[in-house]
Amino acid sequence: MEPKTKTRASAADTAERESSAPPPTRTGDAPIMKPYDAAKIDTRVRVNKAYKMFVNGAFVRSESGRYFQVKNAPEQEDADPETVNVPRGSRKDVRDAVLAAKNAWHGWEKRTAYNRGQILYRLAEVMESRRPELTQSLVRGGQTDAQAAAEVDASIDRVVFYAGFADKFFALLASSNPVAGPHFNFSVPEPMGTIGVVAPDRPALLGLVSTILPVVTGGNTVVALAGERDPRTAIVWSECIATSDTPAGVINILTGHAKELSTHFAKHREVIGIDAWIVDADLRKAVEADGADNVKRVKTHVPMDPEAWTDDRKAQGLGWIERFLETKTVWHPVGL
Amino acid sequence: MTITKSDSSDTSRLERPSNKPTAALDFGMAWDYAPAPEAPDHVRIDPKYGLFIGGRWVTPRSGKFFPTISPSTEQVLAEVAEANAQDVDDAVKAAREAYDKYWSKMRGADRAKYIFRIARAIQEKARELAIVESMNGGKPIKESRDVDVPLAAAHFFYHAGWADKLDYAFQGRRYRSLGVAGQIIPWNFPLLMAAWKLAPALACGNTVVLKPAETTPLTALLLAKIIEEAELPPGVVNIVTGAGETGFALVNHPDVNKIAFTGSTGVGKKIQRAIAGTTKRLTLELGGKAANVVFADAPIDQAVDGIVNGIYFNQGHVCCAGSRLLVEESVHDVIVRKLRDRMATLRLGDPLDKNTDVGAINSKAQLARIQELVAAGEAEGCERYSAPCKLPEKGFWFAPTFFTGASMSSRVAREEIFGPVLTIMTFRTPDEAVEKANNTMYGLSAGVWTDKGAKIFYMATKLKAGVIWGNTFNKFDPTSPFGGYKESGFGREGGRQGLSAYVEVE
Repeated sequence: MEPKTKTRASAADTAERESSAPPPTRTGDAPIMKPYDAAKIDTRVRVNKAYKMFVNGAFVRSESGRYFQVKNAPEQEDADPETVNVPRGSRKDVRDAVLAAKNAWHGWEKRTAYNRGQILYRLAEVMESRRPELTQSLVRGGQTDAQAAAEVDASIDRVVFYAGFADKFFALLASSNPVAGPHFNFSVPEPMGTIGVVAPDRPALLGLVSTILPVVTGGNTVVALAGERDPRTAIVWSECIATSDTPAGVINILTGHAKELSTHFAKHREVIGIDAWIVDADLRKAVEADGADNVKRVKTHVPMDPEAWTDDRKAQGLGWIERFLETKTVWHPVGL
Repeated sequence: MTITKSDSSDTSRLERPSNKPTAALDFGMAWDYAPAPEAPDHVRIDPKYGLFIGGRWVTPRSGKFFPTISPSTEQVLAEVAEANAQDVDDAVKAAREAYDKYWSKMRGADRAKYIFRIARAIQEKARELAIVESMNGGKPIKESRDVDVPLAAAHFFYHAGWADKLDYAFQGRRYRSLGVAGQIIPWNFPLLMAAWKLAPALACGNTVVLKPAETTPLTALLLAKIIEEAELPPGVVNIVTGAGETGFALVNHPDVNKIAFTGSTGVGKKIQRAIAGTTKRLTLELGGKAANVVFADAPIDQAVDGIVNGIYFNQGHVCCAGSRLLVEESVHDVIVRKLRDRMATLRLGDPLDKNTDVGAINSKAQLARIQELVAAGEAEGCERYSAPCKLPEKGFWFAPTFFTGASMSSRVAREEIFGPVLTIMTFRTPDEAVEKANNTMYGLSAGVWTDKGAKIFYMATKLKAGVIWGNTFNKFDPTSPFGGYKESGFGREGGRQGLSAYVEVE
């Protein structure tokens, strides 16, 4: 098939070359997207940012060397180059991130709830001070200024919500159980371990924050795959995490294709639970089925409408934390 | 202290050696009690049972029946219907109709009264249920009489009270019942598992299709009679008997909203895979390989009794059995000696005898599984000790057994044996105990024995298991949530937390 197409194309090329003289560019070349502005010669040349995934507290490229490209929204030419390269995470990247998250878990789980709350609150503080940067990133991803500002506000508020929940959900979910015998018996919530999150595409920041925060508030560590539409904002948010006091490995953020990576999350034996917001029904089914290999706690969802994520009743709460908690029951005899 | 190694030519049928003491406490015949069997004359088992669907007893569309036996005598007790996919469909339709017409519309207070009726009727028929449970399942009558049946009644009584108090259980959060629940239960605690499944499902407003285990359907069928006599609306509880195929017909039925399964991890994974891509909710209570950790500062004699209770209760057919004993190195020898002494006093035999401590193995297949794993333990070089008890000629039996000298990688240290077989290993520091205890794909239960309070809490925090018994083992209560971590499943049964398995909470 390919040779045929080529032949036809070259025939057309020849015809065109003959008719127009002189040709402005060689036919078949892409048009110049932005003519170089000669006045720029006196202005400072911008330093472009290399966008990297956030694993074990460090910013890394994909081990695979692969990338995918994200374009700015049309009017946003000023900041980033029009097209940026974002790492296209691989199965090995998933495994590296899971290892980091697993190693970070014991330390994170061991911290007092008060301390976890303070660390998450610190994240909100850093996000607040980086509001312009987060907002700008969302605008580049296609939001209007007002939408972007509202999403950043909601995201910061959501972090504060969970920061304050870290030392309270325990009392709401624990119980002292009146067993019919001479035993003291109580049940307490405990984190499960490392949870994989496949974040919704939209909203890029609020969706990511809303899915990750309840999981780490409960004492789990997370490997998250950012939505594909605007993965840059996830990376900008990772820079907030990196400069807060969140220990390395507690939150790891990968970029890449959900279709490729979701089942790698599902098949990984060290991942104990999955929270996946996936549009494709077949992919949701595959994640659920592969998760059965180690009896994973798999929660899949059809993504909510982007607006719904700003609704506190729909997008945050005790239930979000509870989803990735175990109940541990302890018995001890009472007697002399 | 040397440990008597069993004669490998005959692994399960050991004679008690009358002339040489096998334990420090050798009282000759003093441990032999006169027979004290529970009289089964009061019990009436029908020769043939149909399926309980839509409030009626119906013959299976499959036309097939299969015999159910007593594992202690191999005698056929009754013929039981084998439900096929059509029968399961009938049952699900009946459950759906009952949900739409009656159960979802009824006030919680009224649902409660029906469930209270069931609890009371179980107490009234306690003796009959205990005897049938021991006949059909092989467990000692003292366990079915004192544990299974009273706990089954307690589960219904406890959950009945929740039916009109769900607003308090999920304070400030909206919830709704799920619809039709398909429930599949195991053979180790047949009536009790039926109670664990039915009571919370009914209290939360769901209707049920319950499938008892293939080898132990009788008490579930007696429970169906109780439900009939309690005049529950037809179809609220449907009981379909059969084997794995019947279970999978239920799992795969498109109009079931919830699957609750208790059984092996292997089957649990198949079920989880089977319902992928559906909206069915799932809770799984699967296998275990519980660590029972004994520190040198433990009350040793109590611990030894706890170890025996942990592994030989119900012939070790317990998902949360303390099948891996981790003892602090310094007390290993004394514990092994005391364990052998204690095991010499265990009476194995007729499940209906009130003095029996160890009953029959539930089925021929399970006995073969136990024998295979025990042979693997011997082949791997672990040292075996089996209690010197005489095994009856008829039926399926296995003497209480333990292995010493096992490594963490031994099959007997990793795989669930689901029989009266204990694997003993040692540790030196608490952290090593934690490391070894958690080195398993399971996480259902664990035990800790020490006189030091802070150490109990340290261990209870570190052990990755759903139930931790400190200075006790194998205790159950309807108010106490039960369920596993990791590959021991998910979801809880019992307590306020257990209700979440049968409602959708926003």
